Amino acid sequence: MRKLLIFSTVLLTLISMLYSCQTAEKVEQDAYYVNGRDIYIAQCQNCHGEKGEGLAELSPPITDTVWMKKNRSLLACIIKHGYATPVTIHGKVYEGKMPDFNMADIDLTQIIVYVTNTFGHKQGKYTTEQVAKDLQNCK
Amino acid sequence: MRDTKAIKNSDGSAGVDTVYQTIPAFKLLNQDSVYITNEHFKNKIYIADFFFTSCNTICPIMHRNLKKIYGKFADNPDVMFLSHTIDFKYDTPSRLKTYARKLGVDGPKWQFVYGPKDTVYGLATKSYLVSVEADSTDKQGYVHQGYLVLIDKDRRIRGAYDGTNPEQVAQLEKDIPVLLAEDKK
Repeated sequence: MRKLLIFSTVLLTLISMLYSCQTAEKVEQDAYYVNGRDIYIAQCQNCHGEKGEGLAELSPPITDTVWMKKNRSLLACIIKHGYATPVTIHGKVYEGKMPDFNMADIDLTQIIVYVTNTFGHKQGKYTTEQVAKDLQNCK
Repeated sequence: MRDTKAIKNSDGSAGVDTVYQTIPAFKLLNQDSVYITNEHFKNKIYIADFFFTSCNTICPIMHRNLKKIYGKFADNPDVMFLSHTIDFKYDTPSRLKTYARKLGVDGPKWQFVYGPKDTVYGLATKSYLVSVEADSTDKQGYVHQGYLVLIDKDRRIRGAYDGTNPEQVAQLEKDIPVLLAEDKK
């Protein structure tokens, strides 16, 4: 009986350790998501809307999952350096100019994690390393 | 603190009456490159604001909210809208036209006007009591307040609402029918 008790305690400890290891990354991503939401509200929401719906033809919605999936690696450049190329979202062309938001890589990462996992998107994690790499390929 | 003047009531006793801030005559180019004046708003109430088309801070919020009100009163010819650009360098009538189209606004109900700096800035600060300023230290070059100013049929200011504050915008929406009803009496 005593053996079983010790064994199960050790097992439980091991499992919980393993479990917390697995979630360390998830905890970080969750933090990115929450911080990203704060930045979104402060910097992006005025044009792109509370629900990502955009503003008439002035600002495009960011709810097009196909576009978001295809262009996730461009987001860092678009946010950091602005964007003036017309974009087609949900089959509609938007010609406005997006201003540049000069932010640190970590902030860009947090926004990307938020906008690619909300408004109907579910693209999962994104890291500062990926953002740093994306930024090297800015046009 | 409201501005008042001493008056004599009908029964002979002394009293006070509110002195309303009144909008002077103006003449500004609209999005169709046509001059518009106070005549355009004769016997109508209107909501005025100050913005610029390349503004990406408070203006999108103001106009997102104002467009909702525009939609609510779309069928009421007695309610009009007047947006002044404070970007006298860049926002020509054709720019305003494009902006209006992209915002989804068409027709004479919502006017977007352009004027020389002194005229527009004078109207803003002295008449509509909205602070506007060209500021070279600001990233976008201008700083301004986001008030939506409610003007009655006698060109008097009857309310000013922060266009970025949902509660105040809701109040404006409630106040418009009250003001319209007052004029019907």
